[in-house]
Formats: sequence, structure tokens, C-alpha cells
Amino acid sequence: MSAPSTTTYVLRGVLPYGTDAVDVVLADGVIAAIGAPGTVEVPESAREVRAEGHVLLPGLVDLHTHLREPGREDAETVFSGTRAAAAGGFTAVHAMANTTPTQDTAGVVEQVYRLGQEAGWVDVHPVGAVTVGLGGEKLAELGAMADSAARVRVFSDDGKCVHDPVLMRRALEYVKAFDGVVAQHAQEPRLTEGAQMNEGVVSAQIGLTGWPAVAEESIIARDVLLAEHVGSRLHVCHLSTAGSVEIIRWAKGRGIDVTAEVTPHHLVLTDDLARDYDPVFKVNPPLRTAKDVEAVRAGLADGTIDIVATDHAPHPVEDKDCEWSSAAFGMTGLETALSVVQQTMVDTGRMTWADVARVLSENPARIGRITGSQGRPVAVGEPANLTLVDPAATRAIEGRTQVTASDNTPFAGMELPGRVVATFLRGRATVLDGTVVDGTAIDAKSLEGATR
Amino acid sequence: MKHLLTTQGLSKDDAILLLDTSAQMAATQSRENKKLPTLRGRTVVNLFYEDSTRTRISFETAAKRLSADVINFSAKGSSVSKGESLKDTALTLHAMGADAVVVRHSASGAAHQLAHAGWLDAGVLNAGDGMHQHPTQALLDAFTIRRHLVGNVGTGVPGSRQSTDTSAGADLSGLRIAIVGDVLHSRVARSNVYLLRTLGAEVTLVAPPTLVPVGVETWPCRVSYHLDETLEQWQPDAVMMLRVQRERMSGGSGSFFPSPMEYSRKFGFDARRLAVLPDHSIVMHPGPMNRGLEISAAAADHPRSVIVEQVANGVAVRMAALYLLLAGTDETGTEKTGTEKTSTDERNTL
Repeated sequence: MSAPSTTTYVLRGVLPYGTDAVDVVLADGVIAAIGAPGTVEVPESAREVRAEGHVLLPGLVDLHTHLREPGREDAETVFSGTRAAAAGGFTAVHAMANTTPTQDTAGVVEQVYRLGQEAGWVDVHPVGAVTVGLGGEKLAELGAMADSAARVRVFSDDGKCVHDPVLMRRALEYVKAFDGVVAQHAQEPRLTEGAQMNEGVVSAQIGLTGWPAVAEESIIARDVLLAEHVGSRLHVCHLSTAGSVEIIRWAKGRGIDVTAEVTPHHLVLTDDLARDYDPVFKVNPPLRTAKDVEAVRAGLADGTIDIVATDHAPHPVEDKDCEWSSAAFGMTGLETALSVVQQTMVDTGRMTWADVARVLSENPARIGRITGSQGRPVAVGEPANLTLVDPAATRAIEGRTQVTASDNTPFAGMELPGRVVATFLRGRATVLDGTVVDGTAIDAKSLEGATR
Repeated sequence: MKHLLTTQGLSKDDAILLLDTSAQMAATQSRENKKLPTLRGRTVVNLFYEDSTRTRISFETAAKRLSADVINFSAKGSSVSKGESLKDTALTLHAMGADAVVVRHSASGAAHQLAHAGWLDAGVLNAGDGMHQHPTQALLDAFTIRRHLVGNVGTGVPGSRQSTDTSAGADLSGLRIAIVGDVLHSRVARSNVYLLRTLGAEVTLVAPPTLVPVGVETWPCRVSYHLDETLEQWQPDAVMMLRVQRERMSGGSGSFFPSPMEYSRKFGFDARRLAVLPDHSIVMHPGPMNRGLEISAAAADHPRSVIVEQVANGVAVRMAALYLLLAGTDETGTEKTGTEKTSTDERNTL
């Protein structure tokens, strides 16, 4: 963990959770004071941030990020990916396990954890693989990863589904010992062999092999029943269909301990975008129909879906500048997530900014069991992990100008509302005036002494 | 017409222009000297990423009969296994100054990407992309149907009807076409459904439910799971059989039907089923055929089979497509006004 900031900030006229304007003082890594504008005592040395009308949120927490290091440093590194996360308003990310080598041992998760600390942009919480090499055959040493310096609590074979029902059962049971959770990538493998896009009207016309909704829904249905049977906690990654929302709603009604996430892209994009065969829209699970988009929005608004997670999946140009069927699955999302949530949920009146804090900070921190440091209230004495967003701003999205090392954003050429003006990690500005603050990464000495 | 990528969205006027031009081209092919000077100095690249005999030879013949320079570029397997990306190949062809690229690729959308990704500025002619489209196949099918069922050209059998095609300018209104077989994986079916409907024909797809795509409901056609019922009750004017690929029936638990025998019994076309059809009806197959599986030898070789003629018409249709793509612009590259007029003028010089 990075050391507290030595700079004191005063944020003028901000709207915590979008409510009434206050001044907020950040000092020594915590929120030192909150009060009506002009009423709080501000140290003389404080740096003033004019932020009238900007919304102040607890720092965003992503439960689903691909940082690609080790193995695919041509797409992203822990440094570049976490810098992009800060630019997007995040103060913590969960780094998915499908690296090379796989994050399936204490050694690899600790490596990623330490790379995150050295980079200093956000807290990096590695996700542990459920099975050795994501092979789906043998449990990885989940306990060793949980006990490591990285203190892994989220386990996932993301990209692959833990499809063997016995193995899934064992994993769900085993992680109870350390309050872990299995985050399932729900994809029945036999039903999705060679699958390229959502199976439906568009795939039938344009001749791409379909990825049917039932391949996701059948696994989710099985898993919630397994979780109920063994009394375990289940998290469903990036659900994408109306049927999946219904199953989660049913499971929660039954009292099953399940949480669910949706990605920003599944909140707004549909399979019609495949018609031009631009692989930037190729993603797994695939973009679905307008009916599914409406269902996941409704599910997010009514709490059936607990969180928005980016599934940030950077890829180098050559993996996307090719035939659709040869292209890699995935799209970047860290820098556009908050804007998409604002556009689809806040600007449409379906959610408040407090709801945004819930789905992009508080709930993901709770699922990842990092509530000691992240997803905390905006209140005096709390760690100053904060995101300041100007909701009135609009910005044109362009792949090349994003902070992530890869260009594969599906929102290129679009105008999105909202702009992250500042991000604070324990009181230190990682983003200020809408720009990432380079050169503030803490030195190795303070790293050594840092504790969680 | 800059590219020919799909029949979906092709206008009726353009479709009829293609058929009429094909008829003009076909008329020149009975001459002793079959070669026309039309595309002299133009370069046509045949870019084939998939094995193909008849389509590649058909395009090569068509381009050569129009006096174009032809470069054959075969690349087995996908671009990835080959080591060079489709993009780099496209950039190479661009650098070599290709005027038109005829592309066949196992990836759906490859032709669309070549035309629109900004990699090259040549005209792109889709010769089959994955499970998506194969527009010149549909055009040659429509051309064959029109010649026989509208133009009253005989089947080439001695003593049968006239040999001059009188169908110029006509569409396929009122005709009923059954397309039978593996619709799910078929670019031929997709191309024909849209083109035949645009030309005014009614189309029924006939297949076991496992070989009909989810989402077919938006296609402009009917779907039936029963061949006999369709033949007896709907009385199609043409029956188009689709090839059933061997790998579709050997996938273990993933195979699409129980056995070749059962498929043949329910969906194979034979003399018995042919006898149910109206006398004027024709039998078609895009080739290559699996004799004894989707079509019996008796049906394939029957006088009402136009399968060999489809191949011959393929050359004329591809000449027309190349001509309309390339001769629509003059040597300086500026587009002439009025495609219709241009083609009439050019035709006079044929």
C-alpha cells in the first residue's frame, strides 16, 4: 500500500453522492473535514481544487480487470493498466487470473500484487485462478493464494468457465474457509464451440457462429443451485442476457448468496454492431440484443445486479485488425465505465449518484472483501480514496488518446457524458484537472514499510 | 457498383442489370472467338484462402475472356496459420495495383473488411465468405432460373424448346423456389434467399430443424422441415439442393442428424420426388455434389437437371460482375454517369 500523501487538498463546492455542495479537506491520507462551503478550516498550505458542481464519490473499485502482466505486456502492463484505472476514477482493481503464467500460485499473485504497489496508481488485488492453468481439471492452491501477501479472496477462471459441476462444487465449498468467493465466467463450453457472437437474428444473417443465451443461463442456473446446496457465496461475472437477470432475481428471492455483475458495454451496445465485422465489437460474452440491454439496466437499477465491472480487456492492434473469426475477444473499459453508467443509468433517471457509488465502489469492495480500505463512506476520518467527476462535461472517445496501452475501445468516435476530474488514493492525487499525475509514485523505501 | 459483397440490400434494378448483362455475355460465348477486349490492361486478383475448383476457375475464365490480366493468389488455411494477415495481403495487392480483387475466405465478413477497412481501394468481389454470402452463385442461380422459367430456354435436350433467351429485363415474379439442405452453414442459401426475393420469387427453405439457423425468422422466406410436403403441396418451379458437408454428420453428439441414410430418406432428392413436381420444374445444385446423399444420380443426371448449365452460366455471370465493377469507371478512374447507359454503350462494342 502506498504511503499517505503529504499534500493537503481542499475540494471546493463538491457534491458528495450528487447531493448538497460542501468543501472537503483531505489531509494525511484521510478525509479531514467536511462542511458547508466556506465553513471548514483549511490549512494554509492546502492546495485548492475548484470543483463546484462536481460529484464526489468513494473511489471506484473494479472487480474485473485484465492487466495482462505477466505475459502479454504488449497489450498492457500492471503500470499502464492501473494508470488507466486511475484515469477512469478507480482506486482499486481486481486483476484477473488469465495471465501467462496463470495467477494460480501464491508466487504469481504476489508478483502481480507487488507490481501494483510499485506502480502506485490504485490498489491491485489479484484474482486467483480456480483451477491449475485455468485448465478446468484440478483445483489450484486456493488456500496458499488466500494466505499470501496478496490475500486473495476472489477466485475465477475468467475467460474459461468452471464447467465441471463437481469441480465447481468443490471450489465453492473450499473457499468458505477463508471467506472467498468463486467468480464464475458462465459459458457452457459445448454450446459455444467456435462461437463468435450472440446467436440470433444478426448472426443468422451475417453468418457468424452463434453464442446462445442459454449457454450462459444454464450455467448460472446450475451454479446458484450449487451455491444454495453447499451454502456458499457465488459471484456471476459479466452477465449479459435477460434470462440471466431473471435467474439471479429468482435466486436472490430464494435467499441464495449470489452477487452479479454487468459490464458497461452490455449496458449500451448490441449485436447489431457486428454487422460491419469490426472486431472491436467482438467480446465474450458477446453483445446481445436491445431487449437484453434493457433487462440488464432494469436489473442494475433494482439491485438484482450488484455491480458494474469493466472486464477491461486490452489487446494489441494486430489482434483486432484482422478477420472477425481470428480476432481476440474483449474491449477496454476502465476509462469509459463511469461515463457509460452515467449515460445509461443516471442521465436516464434510473439511478442516483449514491446508486453509482453502490454499484461501482461499495458493492465491489464488499464482494472482494476489501472494505477495510475501499468502498468506504465519504465521511470524516475515512481513507481519502475518492473520485471527483464533472457530470456536465462531455468528451469524445478516441482509442489512441486513452491512457491504457491498447486502443480497442468500442466507444471510439462517440461522445460520452461525464469526465473524471480527480482521483485520490489515500489523499494523493493520481488524477488532477482531468489528467493523470505522473511522477508521484512512491519510492521503494516507503513501499517496504507499508502495511495493509 | 464499386463492390459486390452481398445480395442483401442489392437493388432490384442492379440485380436485373447484372442478369441482363450476363445474358449479353453468354451470347458472346457461343462465338468462335470468345475473348472480348473490354478489360484490357486491368488487373484482377483471385485471392483464394479456401480450396475451390469451380469458383476459382470460373472467375479466372471470366476475367480472361474479358482480356484482363489475372493473378491467382492461393493461401491455404487461415491468415493466422499462414503467418500473414489479411491486412498485409491487402496492402500488398494494393501496392501491386490490383483493379479488382475476387476473394474467397473461410471467415464471414472477410470480403466486407477488404472493401471497407481502408486497406485497399480496388473493387472487391465476394467469391464466398464463411457462412455469410456468395453473391455470384446466387446470381448464376437466378440467371439459370430466369433463362429456363421466364425465357423459356430448353434444357439442351434435343428437340426441347427454343435456345434464345427472351427474358431480358424480366424478374422472377410468381416463381416458387425450394432450397433444400444445410441452410445453417450455407452462404449459397443466404445469398439466394435475398436475391430471389428481391427478384420477386417466393422461397421456401427445407431442412431438418438442426440445420436452420436460430434467427431465421427475419429472412424473407418460408421454412419447412418436410421435403415431401413442400414438393407435393407447394409445387416449386425449381428445387435447389445444397451440399451436405461430411463433417456435419460425424460430430458425435454434435452431429446435425442421426445418419446419412436418414438424411437421404427425408431430404435427399431422387427420381421419385422429381416425379411429384410440375413438368416445367428444374433441379439445381451449386456443386460439388454428394451423389447418393443429398441428390441421387438419377435426379442429378435427369433432363430437368440444370446443374452443368449452372456452371457454364457462372462464367457469364462473373464476366458481367467484373465488367460492371470495372468498366463503370474509365481509365482515369473517374466514374461515368449512368451505369445503364455506359453498359449499353460498351455492349455495342462487344
